[in-house]
Amino acid sequence: MPADFPLLSIVLFTPLVGAILLLFVNKQRVDTIRWIANVFGFLGFLVSLPLWSRFDLADPGWQFVERAPWIPSIGAEYFLGVDGFSALMVLLTTLIGAIAILSSWTAITERVKEFYVFMLVLQTGMLGAFVSLDFLLFFLFWEVMLVPMYFLIGIWGSDRRLYSAIKFFLYTLVGSVVMLLGILALYFYDYSLTGVYSFDITRFHQLDLPANTQWWIFLAFFLGFAIKVPMFPFHTWLPDAHTDAPTAGSVILAAILLKLGTYGFVRFSLPILPDATQAFVPMMVALSIIGIVYGALCAMAQHDWKRLVAYSSVSHLGMAMLGMFALTPVGITGSILQQINHGISTGALFLIVGIVYERRHTREISEYGGLSKIMPVYATVFMIMTMSSIGLPALNGFIGEILILQGVFVVSKIWAAFAASGIVLGAAYMLWLYQRTMFGKVENPKNEGLADLNLREFATFAPLIVLAVWIGLYPSPFLQRLEHPVRAVMSRVNSSYPATARNAADCGSETPTPAREVAGAPAFVQPPCSDGSGTAPTAGRDGGR
Amino acid sequence: MADSYLPLIPLLPAAGALLNGVAGVRFFGKRAAAAVACSTMAAAFVLSVAAFVELLRRPADAREITVTVAAWVPPLALETARGIGTFAVDWALRLDPLSALMILVVSGIGFLIHVYSVAYMAAESDGAYARYFCYLNLFCFFMLTLVLGSNFLVMFVGWEGVGLCSYLLIGYWYEKKSASDAGKKAFIVNRIGDFGFMLGMFLVFYTFGTLDFRAVQDMAPAVAAAAGTGVLATICLLLFVGATGKSAQIPLYVWLPDAMEGPTPVSALIHAATMVTAGVYMVCRNAVLFSQAPDVMMVVALIGVLTALMAASIGLVQNDIKRVLAYSTVSQLGYMFLATGVGAFAAAAFHLMTHAFFKALLFLGSGSVIHGMGGEQDMRRMGALKRYLPVTYATMMVGMLAIAGVPPFSGFFSKDEILYRAFLGHKVIWVLAVITAGMTAFYMFRLVAMTFLGAYRGPAFPGADAHGGHPAHGHDDHAGHGHGAWHGPHESPRMMTVPLILLAAGAVVAGFVGIPAALGGANRIEHFLAPSFEPRGAVHAAATAPSDEAATSASHGEGSAAVERAAATAAPEGTHEAPHLSTAGELGLMAFSVVVALTGIAVGRRLYVQQPGAADRLAERVPLAYRTLLNKYWIDELYHATVVRGTLLLARVSWRFDALVVDGAVNGSGWTTRFSAWVSGLIDQYIVDGLVNGTGATLREASLGFRRMQTGLVQTYALLMMIGVFALVSAYLVLR
Repeated sequence: MPADFPLLSIVLFTPLVGAILLLFVNKQRVDTIRWIANVFGFLGFLVSLPLWSRFDLADPGWQFVERAPWIPSIGAEYFLGVDGFSALMVLLTTLIGAIAILSSWTAITERVKEFYVFMLVLQTGMLGAFVSLDFLLFFLFWEVMLVPMYFLIGIWGSDRRLYSAIKFFLYTLVGSVVMLLGILALYFYDYSLTGVYSFDITRFHQLDLPANTQWWIFLAFFLGFAIKVPMFPFHTWLPDAHTDAPTAGSVILAAILLKLGTYGFVRFSLPILPDATQAFVPMMVALSIIGIVYGALCAMAQHDWKRLVAYSSVSHLGMAMLGMFALTPVGITGSILQQINHGISTGALFLIVGIVYERRHTREISEYGGLSKIMPVYATVFMIMTMSSIGLPALNGFIGEILILQGVFVVSKIWAAFAASGIVLGAAYMLWLYQRTMFGKVENPKNEGLADLNLREFATFAPLIVLAVWIGLYPSPFLQRLEHPVRAVMSRVNSSYPATARNAADCGSETPTPAREVAGAPAFVQPPCSDGSGTAPTAGRDGGR
Repeated sequence: MADSYLPLIPLLPAAGALLNGVAGVRFFGKRAAAAVACSTMAAAFVLSVAAFVELLRRPADAREITVTVAAWVPPLALETARGIGTFAVDWALRLDPLSALMILVVSGIGFLIHVYSVAYMAAESDGAYARYFCYLNLFCFFMLTLVLGSNFLVMFVGWEGVGLCSYLLIGYWYEKKSASDAGKKAFIVNRIGDFGFMLGMFLVFYTFGTLDFRAVQDMAPAVAAAAGTGVLATICLLLFVGATGKSAQIPLYVWLPDAMEGPTPVSALIHAATMVTAGVYMVCRNAVLFSQAPDVMMVVALIGVLTALMAASIGLVQNDIKRVLAYSTVSQLGYMFLATGVGAFAAAAFHLMTHAFFKALLFLGSGSVIHGMGGEQDMRRMGALKRYLPVTYATMMVGMLAIAGVPPFSGFFSKDEILYRAFLGHKVIWVLAVITAGMTAFYMFRLVAMTFLGAYRGPAFPGADAHGGHPAHGHDDHAGHGHGAWHGPHESPRMMTVPLILLAAGAVVAGFVGIPAALGGANRIEHFLAPSFEPRGAVHAAATAPSDEAATSASHGEGSAAVERAAATAAPEGTHEAPHLSTAGELGLMAFSVVVALTGIAVGRRLYVQQPGAADRLAERVPLAYRTLLNKYWIDELYHATVVRGTLLLARVSWRFDALVVDGAVNGSGWTTRFSAWVSGLIDQYIVDGLVNGTGATLREASLGFRRMQTGLVQTYALLMMIGVFALVSAYLVLR
């Protein structure tokens, strides 16, 4: 692959090409439409794979960069590139997108063509937001996502779908507009300093804004991203949107769209506005912790299966936000990993609800019960994903949670204690859900004939299970990709960590090993750290002598 | 050598679980599923023995083998109490005396219980049978990971993993509400404990900059000397919270009695012999850490002895055979914590091992009884089964004598060691422990008496004189799981009795590895285990010294001041200042505890054999005490009324708040917008539009006038133009 191969553009526009192609297919030919959509969904995933295999772990900069003028008069560019973080998000998006399309084969029977067109356009919108390095381009894609999602909920949704769709649209739009103001403030401030009109994010990353300006821009970004995440108290659009969206919509919404909020914080708020980030830590942490506990409690009170999972998202994303605002490398790494984990486990949980919703057309938990007996494979998949969601060790959720909590703990033990209580509650509501739906006798005759997972349905889960186990047992490949991005963020927001984290890490790793020969006294022995970036002398070392 | 096969010990059962879980539940018959599960356990046991032997062959100071299988969490910079450190965790296993003992127990008893299950679960359908063995194998994988893990995080994998398997196996008969309730309760209560474990683990990393057990152990004395014991006490307390969850101690013991909803072999393996001892194991694993925190040790000892006493008292009156054993397990676990609390870590591990034998035996024996009685678990409907289940009776008798602490059965040695250490530590604790011992002997004899002795009180059956020889069919007290007609009490098939006999043999001889010096023994197990409980510096000395006490003094001689102080607290039982008794005194104590045990048995014999009905009369005489015990002090009810309902109430309140207030604000602003839109619509319609329309109307009216001017006649236009020009010019002239 030549160096200037436009990989990201191909990844970005493959779904769009599929959407355009679909426009030319007669809407009566439903199966053809389904096949084309699935082929392009899968193709979209395939073409994104080089982002994994050809990703250079040693390169701290942006990779697969593409750059061309877009609107020269205002300095906007077609500027694409990824680091380890966005590469992982792109891969997650292409995978979940393909799965969501595959999961809709029999679920969507009306306006099939429009459905898949919207799905594919949505896919391009999300990918664009992750790969854009131009703030205006990012904003464009950010807004583009809203429209197909609005229609997905509004047309193919259930119950109060119009209410939910409008709520989703308006709520997010309010945040976006304020965020746009923040972007423009940044843009003009940058111009006043440099005399160059540019939306180049990499330039903004170098910018040193006065604290006052940072505050205002932070608040503007906060509104945009916090609504998307969603953080307490901006979360109420989420249960409605999730509940009424079609399964594929819920999956995309939970697994990818919400991640754009957390992505925004890590990519923009933290590195561009480091002083404001520090200043807003108490608020962000408070909202995150409230989100964790409150989301879990609300989840526990739900009668609606899908709404329960939606509230669990509020709780889990509170955890991701908390890890992020611990502003430690371990916390931010955990936060990013947890975003991916949430995409896997909650995406799967929405698929799981979708399976029975398609068969029974109800989401009431009390309508179910005893499904283990009738749908054993389904029950097994659900069990694995429940365990992934509640952070059972050796599955993905655990690694994320443990990194977040450890990263938070060294900053504040109280925060960690509150957050860890969410884990207890998480087990409670998930196991209770599992018991109410899967265990017991089949008492509702309507459930007796339910079919277990067919091959297509199982295929939507298989990659997620593989990922859950992979990340749980061997997260290194994922964490290695996050090393440089996290370090870049850390160097902006928390200078107490050495910029050359690797060196410090190497020195530090020797630290715990006490020297055997030192007169039988297990003292802390600090190996010489050549660059001096290791630990400072502490009471512990002195005391050992 | 051991490095090459050590990882296989947990991985073999994992492979078995995977095979049964993926293929077995669909395609395997019973024989294949059982063969896969049992063979992997047998192989794990053989490897465990090999590892144990290899460890024994090494000199005592080199009995530690660490195997790093793979990197797990790659290095990440993180702040610690000592500056920027590194958070990095490996998949690493460590074989040392303590873990070697544990893998023998887990794989050995685990294998026997697998074999027993082959017959016990035979009535299940093929798929469910494979599912059962999948879970059982998976449990062994996690349990072996737990004990072999070389750092906190790997241990935590096993720790939560066994919790998962416990959840799955308690709820194995998931169609029964009480079973799935019990499973859920076990998991959530354990999670509460894990909350403490996790925070303790985080604090360990923050304090030591590592999660490796050995590194932490080695550093602990120095850290205690430098930073004070406060931090270590907090760590130990948090870890102990985890232990109370997993090992069913006050206040988190409530899940274990309910866990008896699971199949009986599961109760034997998980809820008696192995998993529930994980908390004790974890405390022993961190012996050095706990030794630095004497206050926490006191807490551990107190919680242990109080749990032992409380559970034993409940056990006195229970009528369900498995519940008696469950409370007995809680009580014995309390004994083990009592031992760790007084610094007798080796005694705790020793009792853990002997308990694993006799309690697994008792549970499997009760399973055999339940099987023979067609699913009956209420001892009031048993009696005189000695005649029908001779092997079960004989083996359970051995188990009873072992747990009661009658010499020379294994329980005697381990229990006596604990009582001796408690006596040296704190007299009140010792008194409570002795009372518990008496109660234990009583209720265990009561169990045997109500089951096997006296008159038959069970349901009538054809040919009441016949006994034994009935074809095997699995039972448990679960609707829809007893298959085939019940033909009266009968002995279990050989697949079940052989494990009973082997375990009974173990319950007899297991104590011989720990014969105390006062009886002319060498207490070999204590010396074998000692290196696991000390910082590495002290290992060599301990190995060469003739006795434990000398070991500590030897390390005193050559250690630095810091270590000396540390070691003084590390081994309070071994220092010169620590009280110890003369051999005569020790023998006296021993005799006393034997007398207590025999008294308990004698009282039981009087109440349940010699004078049947005496027990009921006694219960009537003290109704309040009886009902309190029968209802388990109403602790479950208390928890339900406070914690469970409180949480659910909070959940509902949160949700209402969310719908009314938070979402209300959103909808409210939506409504406000719509209202103001409506108002501005009105304004628009009547005022703004009125203006517009008004303008229009004015124009229209005006245009009527203007229209007259537009006649199309050029002359008129010319005239108007002239007027205009005239007007402009005059205006100009005037205004100039």
